Amino acid sequence: MAIVNYLHSGGLTAPAVAADWPGGYWWHWLFYAVAIIVALLIMVMGAIYIERRGLGRMQSRLGPNRVGPFGLLQPVADAIKILLKENIVPSTADRIVHFMAPIVAFTPVILILAVVPVMNGAALADLNIGILYVVAVSSIGSVGVFMAGWGSGSKFSLLGAMRNVAAVVSYEIPMVLSIIGVVLFTGSLATSQIIARQNIPFILMQPLGFLLFFAAACAEINRSPFDLMEADQEIVAGYMTEYSGMRFAMFYLVEYAEAIAMSAVITTLFLGGWRGPWLPPWLWFLVKTFAVFFFMVWTRTTLPRVRIDQLMAFAWKFLFPLGLINLFITAIQVLVWPDSLPWILIIINFAVMGALILIWSKFFRLGWGRVQV
Amino acid sequence: MTTALASRDIVTKVNAKFPGAAAEAGAEGALVKAEQLVAVMEFLKNEAGLEFDYFNYVTAVDYYSYFEVIYQLTSYKHNRSLVIKARCYDRDNPTLPSVTGLWQGADFQEREIYDLFGIKFAGHPDLRRIFLWEGFPGHPLRKDFNQ
Amino acid sequence: MTTTQEITLPTEPFVLNIGPVHPSTHGVYRMRCTMDGEVVRDIEPVFGYLHRGLEKLAEERTWTGTIPLTDRLDYLAAMSNNFAYCLAVEKLAGIKVPERAEYIRVIIAEIQRVAIHFIIVGSFLSDCGAMLTPMVYALRERERILDFFDMVCGQRLTYNYMRIGGVSQDIPAQFLPALEKLVKKLKRFIDEFDVLLKQNEILLARSKGVGILSKEQAINCGISGPVARASGVNWDLRKNDPYSIYERFDFSIPLGETGDCYDRYRVRIEETRQSLRIIEQAMQQIPAGKIIADVPHLIRPPAGDVYAHIESPKGELGFYLVSDNSIAPYRWHVRPPSLINLAALRDMVRGWKVADLIAIFGSIDITMGEVDR
Repeated sequence: MAIVNYLHSGGLTAPAVAADWPGGYWWHWLFYAVAIIVALLIMVMGAIYIERRGLGRMQSRLGPNRVGPFGLLQPVADAIKILLKENIVPSTADRIVHFMAPIVAFTPVILILAVVPVMNGAALADLNIGILYVVAVSSIGSVGVFMAGWGSGSKFSLLGAMRNVAAVVSYEIPMVLSIIGVVLFTGSLATSQIIARQNIPFILMQPLGFLLFFAAACAEINRSPFDLMEADQEIVAGYMTEYSGMRFAMFYLVEYAEAIAMSAVITTLFLGGWRGPWLPPWLWFLVKTFAVFFFMVWTRTTLPRVRIDQLMAFAWKFLFPLGLINLFITAIQVLVWPDSLPWILIIINFAVMGALILIWSKFFRLGWGRVQV
Repeated sequence: MTTALASRDIVTKVNAKFPGAAAEAGAEGALVKAEQLVAVMEFLKNEAGLEFDYFNYVTAVDYYSYFEVIYQLTSYKHNRSLVIKARCYDRDNPTLPSVTGLWQGADFQEREIYDLFGIKFAGHPDLRRIFLWEGFPGHPLRKDFNQ
Repeated sequence: MTTTQEITLPTEPFVLNIGPVHPSTHGVYRMRCTMDGEVVRDIEPVFGYLHRGLEKLAEERTWTGTIPLTDRLDYLAAMSNNFAYCLAVEKLAGIKVPERAEYIRVIIAEIQRVAIHFIIVGSFLSDCGAMLTPMVYALRERERILDFFDMVCGQRLTYNYMRIGGVSQDIPAQFLPALEKLVKKLKRFIDEFDVLLKQNEILLARSKGVGILSKEQAINCGISGPVARASGVNWDLRKNDPYSIYERFDFSIPLGETGDCYDRYRVRIEETRQSLRIIEQAMQQIPAGKIIADVPHLIRPPAGDVYAHIESPKGELGFYLVSDNSIAPYRWHVRPPSLINLAALRDMVRGWKVADLIAIFGSIDITMGEVDR
């Protein structure tokens, strides 16, 4: 475990609740719960603004710039508009399921942020199975989406929900495989440990893992190029078609909150979390999270959308084998690599990533063609 | 340059195979009897030397005492075009045979003629109104349509 | 490529209504799709939502008075419609158009072709899911072309510019120098726009091999225009049956090989390049002179019937006119390329998925104004 020793040297540790925290465990929980919800909502508004302005500027147009200076209050205007709309439920809808769906979809997103540390030791709960908890909880969101699609009683919604469930289930696996690569280097599932071990950010040590995780995360949260669950051009709005008013606002919120949450998880896993020189840690965390989010906006503006069978083929035939190979190579490196040469390791990893992607894409066939009817 | 076949040429060729089926109609059109329309069209499409494989359009005109349906065909190979006309003298229930079996492109256009003129096409796979709704009273492009 | 799908679960086909109000059906067009899961088994197109009875209206207006009606047919390329109609009446009445008017007509028609191909390519790429970015880029350049139409006749969409015997107004003095600059800019823009998505993996997966129309079927269905040329049918009315002064120009006809969506997209891009070539040659050769022949305002063409067609950007646009020597047409019929190009849609989409249905439909490129009249 020589290379792991190198990473572990100079590591930081943090207890579950810091010794100087005033009050007991429940005050800690209350403070963090409120702080996370408020921070998430504010970050979502920032994310909406970045997305609309970024999308606009990249399409050589201005983007919203009327409401407030530089259009900064545009998300506020959007929120007020949505809340004032009438709530229409279709008559063929299953009312209870239709009502519960946004709640079931939104809750897991906030839960993910419970284990992401903002500063050294500043997380709601520093579980020692942190990353496993994130993976488990993020899959519950698709249950909410399916409830939305089913409970709406409309064929467009059902189509969208089916697509979403298929995609989420398929992309869990490459996501988990790339996480295991990181965990092998770290030796622990706890998020604070993962950040503590990143003397060199894992994006350099695991470039293939980063790309796999990014692609899988984009598919999990329905971002382009995998946003066929809510493809505007095809099925109007997918599972969200029959929602209006506050409930639509919840789904809209879920979309951006998931993007922020996944960006936060990527920051924790690959970019070093809150670590960095000069600036205060929470600012580093914010900068890195929004940088990842901006990258997601960039890919959304640029790339066309894949079809459902191409999506599944991409997960099972491309990302999954590459994830396994990545895991295998990482395990070998952790076992045998000598202590003092991490930079050569980085170059080798990049070379391996380039070679694997090039070779594998030659063998890869995207989905079926025409079906005999 | 696509040369339009003069009506005399068309009439001679068609009458050679189907005697009495065609007559001249103007400088560039041949008038074909309604009963032999499909046979003549098939002959024009498949016969070597003619090979009119591209179907430009079919449309209809209401001349008070009869309806005239005009077909134009083009041959890609020989770069020629020709015009065929057929007449229905019955105003209450005009029918003509359909050429959809020969050229699939005639499908929507024949439905349009049925919709706007009321001319039925026997042998059409799905003869329904195309622009107006089922139950619309009358056929608008007829000259005696009362608005 | 056709594969047989073994259905192991008993499934029931359901009918999905891709309705008249939909973000990407290019106008008010309705398709009732019988689907088996995501696979389309059959479609039934429903027209008539934009039927205005133009053919009946034309019988109550004068020959010149129907020119605004022609604008409303294919409203995105109104100049081509004007052109076709004026050619038909001039053929019927035996009117000779002055040279300068012919050159102006050709320049205007070819710029119009470039403008509408921008929209079509932009909307096809956006239908494939590229989040409207290609559409915005293409529309940005189209705005420059619309400024030219504004300069010439004061209108941006429905021009009513050409008259029987020529054009209604002469081009202003600054038109030709400005057009030279624009042609250079457009050439650079087309190269840049082309390169953005030409080799994109996702676009190739979405459109190569999708919606193949064979050459024999294209000829049998009466398909014309870029759709037919993408299937390999070497027929362009500007070369095979030249009208106006097209014989004087040197340009080539791009042909596709397989007739899939990708070929249609490539053919349209190449056609814009060839149109710019024609414009350059016309600008050098244009003489001074009259812009309209001596035709009375209330023209009375001699009795008879005529059919004249042009190569509009959508296909073969023709007018069949019957005159009885009065001031109003006796019969005024349009051969609509959009309606006839739709004849093959049913066979093209069976066996593909919903996402492909939208992409194939976008690549055929129809405008409902022409279909419904």
